[in-house]
Order: sequence, then structure tokens, then C-alpha cells
Amino acid sequence: MATSPLSAATHRWEADPILTVEHLFMRFGGLVAVNDLSFNVGRGDITALIGPNGAGKTTVFNCITGFYKPSEGRLALAHNRAPTPDELATVTAIGERALVGTDAAVYLLERMPDYRVSGEAKVARTFQNIRLFTGMTVLENLMVAQHNALMTASGFSLKGLFGLPGWNSAARAATEKAKFWLEKVELLDRADDPAGDLPYGAQRRLEIARAMCSDPILLCLDEPAAGLNPRESLELNTLLRMIRAEHGTSILLIEHDMSVVMEISDHVVVLDYGTKIADGTPEAVRNDPRVIAAYLGVDEDAVEEVEAEIDEIEAQSGATS
Amino acid sequence: MATGIADSAAGAPAGQNVLGDALKDAFFAGLITLGLIGPLVGFQTVAIDTGAGSVLGLAYRPVTVAIMVGIVFIGRLILNLTIWSPNRVAKTRSGPTVFDRIGTAAGPAVKPLLLAFAIGFPFLATLMMGGMTQARYLLDVGILILTYVMLGWGLNIVVGLAGLLDLGYVAFYAVGAYTYALLATSEPVTHFFGGLLGETFWANWAFWICLPVAGLFAGLWGMILGFPVLRLRGDYLAIVTLAFGEIIRLVLINWVDFTGGGAGIASIPRATFFGIPFTAGEDGFAARFGLEFSPMHRIIFLYFVILALALITAFATVRLRKLPVGRAWEALREDEIACRSLGINTTNVKLSAFATGAMFGGFAGCFFAVRAGFVSPESFTFDISAMILAIVVLGGMGSQIGVAVAAAVMMGGMEALRNLDFLKQVFGQDFDPALYRMLIFGFAMVSIMVWKPRGLVSTREPTIFLKERKAVSGDLVKEGHG
Repeated sequence: MATSPLSAATHRWEADPILTVEHLFMRFGGLVAVNDLSFNVGRGDITALIGPNGAGKTTVFNCITGFYKPSEGRLALAHNRAPTPDELATVTAIGERALVGTDAAVYLLERMPDYRVSGEAKVARTFQNIRLFTGMTVLENLMVAQHNALMTASGFSLKGLFGLPGWNSAARAATEKAKFWLEKVELLDRADDPAGDLPYGAQRRLEIARAMCSDPILLCLDEPAAGLNPRESLELNTLLRMIRAEHGTSILLIEHDMSVVMEISDHVVVLDYGTKIADGTPEAVRNDPRVIAAYLGVDEDAVEEVEAEIDEIEAQSGATS
Repeated sequence: MATGIADSAAGAPAGQNVLGDALKDAFFAGLITLGLIGPLVGFQTVAIDTGAGSVLGLAYRPVTVAIMVGIVFIGRLILNLTIWSPNRVAKTRSGPTVFDRIGTAAGPAVKPLLLAFAIGFPFLATLMMGGMTQARYLLDVGILILTYVMLGWGLNIVVGLAGLLDLGYVAFYAVGAYTYALLATSEPVTHFFGGLLGETFWANWAFWICLPVAGLFAGLWGMILGFPVLRLRGDYLAIVTLAFGEIIRLVLINWVDFTGGGAGIASIPRATFFGIPFTAGEDGFAARFGLEFSPMHRIIFLYFVILALALITAFATVRLRKLPVGRAWEALREDEIACRSLGINTTNVKLSAFATGAMFGGFAGCFFAVRAGFVSPESFTFDISAMILAIVVLGGMGSQIGVAVAAAVMMGGMEALRNLDFLKQVFGQDFDPALYRMLIFGFAMVSIMVWKPRGLVSTREPTIFLKERKAVSGDLVKEGHG
């Protein structure tokens, strides 16, 4: 297949994964939306999760970000460095939701409620149908994103209520951070407008800026390019590259726009009917006959034909290596 | 709208058609009126004197019915031909309405003016009525209005900011009132302080000590209510909070040993001027300050106490809105799922909103008990919750000034409608204007909701800005869903 044993070590998602998804199952009654899915997200990589409609991509996202409790499986998120198998086994066995050491930490996302996934494990997300606080201004949206940090700084409102020092400087710092991100997404001059008044593309950018204001180490974007025109798509690519380069934030994104996926991602995971059908570099995935079959849609005879072909190829490559 | 356009397109060439349609519509409106009014107004039960005693009989009033049906028919016809006419070009309203523009222009001046008026009100009333005693009624109305302003501001935190529909707010008002009533009249507590700090200490200081206790206790009850309703939204939340209000009232009625049951608790110690009682004696307020004794001193003082409490509520709310907790309340109203995706523990946010709102309700309740000197479960019915909620909705959810104005209009208006004696000149001496109070009031409410569906102040003030503070249009602000 795409990855031979020799090149495996060079892939970041195998050498230093930030998120390891293992045997993830999500069942809704009799429907198996995600079926034994395992993949890694490399630290500092831009990873794309693609697949036809209804493949279970958003379900995977909801499992990772704590909005769904997976039926089975382990989702290990590592801060600073990948955990050793021992550490992983320990935290799984003791039943805690996280193992926090001095130099590294590992969080088991399947054990955490949604607000802890974003607040403690530092996984931020955006939504397929944009979820901004439409009645609040652009700046307020970014201030809400810094809630946990500001809550501590305001002494759980007591310091802030009486205007004690410490709170004011924290509030100023938060505004500065918001301004920084507004500048990055080119919305600084609209800071005082209600978020609901922004055009669609700007709302998408604002949602990314808001997620970034919560200082994530992993940013999950659910179809960030949906509804954007080609120029806006290009700007999005630049923005995502900037986020990765300047902030070291790893990015996991669901996307249908192949120009975005192929352009910026380092690693592509392809889902179909809740199962992984391909996993590798964009080039490898693009040429994978199973992906082509899933995307273009072929009738059943053709699928069998393709599968037979794949088996043949695999048998050959197995024989040669 | 779409049918209106189609109608005008089809009906424009033939003017006859418009008149025909209007007549048909007016006819059916008249028919409906006849059906409704006929039985209700057409028959009147009267006492018929048979000589041996009176029996109940029926009188028929066809003329009255005909007049009413005629009014509806003609009114509907005129409306159909003028305002509702399909040929009439609808004025497109874009941007802020006239009211909004007046509001924006007068905005900065309104708050200081209202505050100055509120502070100067006792003096104005005294001057106007020509004496403190004569101003008693006006001051009582003022105190009533301010109590509801405070309650409105308290509920505004829960409903207006956090978007959690609370129909049982009166429960916290009751908790505050009973906390004070029970503590102040309790034998052991009086005994404890009596032994420690002198005989009169507790009687003089009870209110000032119980005020924060009542607030904290009500806040605690806010959390207790908050826990079971955390997972509920919308209608379900409203029903459970409604039930909570009723439960508190029923407990107060039935736990006779503790609360005195339906008879309530009487002879609650009155408010003192920070330990100095308003009595005629030598230790009294008037003697200490070299004034002539008047029972009105206490009333005026009470007025300023509730004014101060209300202002504290307003100040705290304004500050809290600019703090992360206040922003989280509003964010919760806008989108709960987005909140959680940003690491906000929505459980804590909801509980803090319930507790803060309840705390101010508790303060107001404590004040209610000290003003009336008597509490009973009768004072804490669902009507009060509904009234406070109406004030919040009418004022514009989340708006401080709107709620204050709505409270003044609602409570002041209700009082003003009691004094409609001039109507007797018009309709004759048998006419009882007080009976029409609720009708007029309901009509006023409906009209305001038609013209200003988002309340008197429909815009939202941002809590922070970089260059300029732009009010957010009410269309964008969500109402919350539970």
C-alpha cells in the first residue's frame, strides 16, 4: 500500500502522534456510524479527514471533542511528547481521565466531558454550521473564548467585581490577544460589529480565530472551506499554514474541497461507511483505487473488481518486500 | 406577505374586487363577533320581582349586540380599505425605528435624569402634596415600583442575560422574606443576641444583619433549584421552575409549626436607621436628629433603602456583564454548544446565573418583609412571578433601563388605573372604572408587544469595544432556549 515499512519512521504521525485514535466504535442503536477506526494525528501536522457524505467524519469529530461518548475505543491526546506504551497502559488501567507529568501529559478524551476536552486537554473545534454568538460583537466572541483564563484572573468574579488590580491587566492582555487574532483573520476593523452581521466567509474566519483564542494544541475544523469562494479558500490555506507555523498548533480538518485538502495537508485519512479505507500522504491517497471507487461511486461488480485488483497488488508488494 | 402581493397584482385593475373582498372579510368578522358576543352580551341575568320574592330571569339585549357587531363590521371594513388594502404600498422599514433613534439620541441623558428623579422623588412628592403625610400614597407607590424594579433587574440576570426562562422567581422573594421574618421573630435568636449585646440590639439591628443572610440564603436556594433543572430546556424548564415556586408557597402554607401557615408571621421588627429606631421616644430617630417626630420618616427611609438596594443590583449586574461570568451568561443564551466547545462549564454558568438572580430576589424579599411588617404565603403567588417576568419581557430582555421603565409603567400604570374616576363623568355614576383596569392593562400590553415585540429597549449594549460602542440589533440577539 501507500506506506512501506521503510518510510514509516519518517512520517510524523507515526513517530510523534499528538492524538492516537484506537479501535473507535460509535453505535447509534443498530447503526454503526464509526466502525473500528484507528489513526494517528501527527504533532504539527495538518491532517485531513475526508470521505463521502455520511461516512462518519463529523461523528469522529464529536467523539474526539467530547460531544459524543464513543461506544468503544481509546482517544489519547498527548501534550509535549507522545506517551510511552507504559504510560498509556497505566492511565487506561487506573481509570483516571488524564496523567499529567512535569514534562508531558496524556489525556484520554473518551473519558472527558466536552468542556474539559477544550478547557484542559486543549482541543478546540469549529462547527460545520457556524456557531458564533451572533448577538455579541466580534470582540466579545473572542473574549468569551478566553473564559477560563479570565475567570481565574478575575478571582471568580470577586476581584473583578471590586476592580482589584490583577484583573484589569488580565483583561487588557485578553483584549490584546483578541486584537492579535482579529488582525490575523483581517477582522480588526469590524471588531465592534455584531458577529451575526459579518458575511459568511468572515464568520468562518472568526470562528477559527475564536477557537485559537482558547490556546489549543489541536485545532479541529469541521469543513472550514464550505461555502467559501476560491479566493477565500486560498486565504484559508494561508491562515491554516500560519497557525501551524507560528503557533505549532496541530490541525485536524474535515473537508470536501479537494483543493484545500491536497494543497495543505500532510496526512489524509479517508473514511467510508465508518471504516478507514486509506491513510497516508495526499499523493498516496489520491492514487488509491479504493478512494477513487468510494468517491466516484462505482457499481457493485466494479467494487469487487477493484478489490480483487487491490488484493493482487497487495499480494505482489507483500511478496517483493 | 406573498399572498398580499398576489392579491394586489390580480386585484389592481378592478377596484370593485377590492371593495368586494373587503366587504366579504368584514361580513365574516361581523359574523364571528355575533357568534362570540351574542351569547355573552346578548343575554343578561336579571332579578324579576314576582311579588312573592324575586326569581332569576333572562333579559335580552339585541340592540347592544347589534351595536357591537356593527362596530366590528365597520371598523374591519375601514381597515380593509385603508391600512390593510392590497393596493396600498407598504412602507418598508429598514434600520432603527423612530423610537430607537430617539432612544439613541436621548440615551446618555436618560439614566442620570431618571436617577436624579428617583433620588429627589420623596422631596418632590412632599412639595407637591403639601406635606409628608399627604405624600404617603405617592411614596408607597414609589416603594412598590422600586421593589419591582429590583425584582425585574434580578430576574433579568436569569431570563435576560442567561436566557433561562424562570417562572418561579417569586420563590426566592419568599425565601428572602421568610428568612428575615423567621430570624427576626425567632425566640432563640433574640435570646442569644439579647444576652450578648443588650436587650434592644436584635430589635434594632435585625434587618441589617438579616439582609445579607436573606440574600445568601435565597442564592443557595437558587442553586438548589438550579441542580435539577440543569438538563432541562425551554418549556420543560419553565414548567419545573413554575412548580418550584408553587412548592415553596405550599410548604409555607402547610408547615404550620415553622412558618405559621396561612396566618403568616406578624409583628416583624421594623427597619431602623442603622440601629436608631423610628420611634417618638428619646432614643428615636427624630429626637436624635433634632427633628419633629413623624411616622413618615420611616417611609422615606424605606424608600431610600429600596432605592439603594435596587441601585446595588443594577451596579452589580452592569459590572458582572463586563466580567467573564457575565459574558458566559450571554454566550450561554446565544449558543450553549459553542460555549462548551470553548471550555466553559455550562453547569457552573447556569448555577451562577440562578444563584445571582435569586440572591437579589432574596434581598428584595427581605425588604418586603421589613416594609410590611407581616408576611404570609398569600403574598407569594404565581401572579408575582408572572408580573416580574412581564416586566423583564416588556422592558427588553437584558436591558437595565428598559426593565426599570417597564416596572414603572406596569406598577405605576396599575395604580394609576385605580384612579379613573373621571370616567364616571362620561359613563355615569353607576360605572365602576376599577373593573376595567385589567382590560385596559391587557390591551396596553398587547399593543406594546405588537409594536415592539422585543420589548421597549430592543438593542443590546456590547460589554467591551475597541473603537466605538455600537448597539447590537435585537434581531441578532437570541432569546435563549431554556
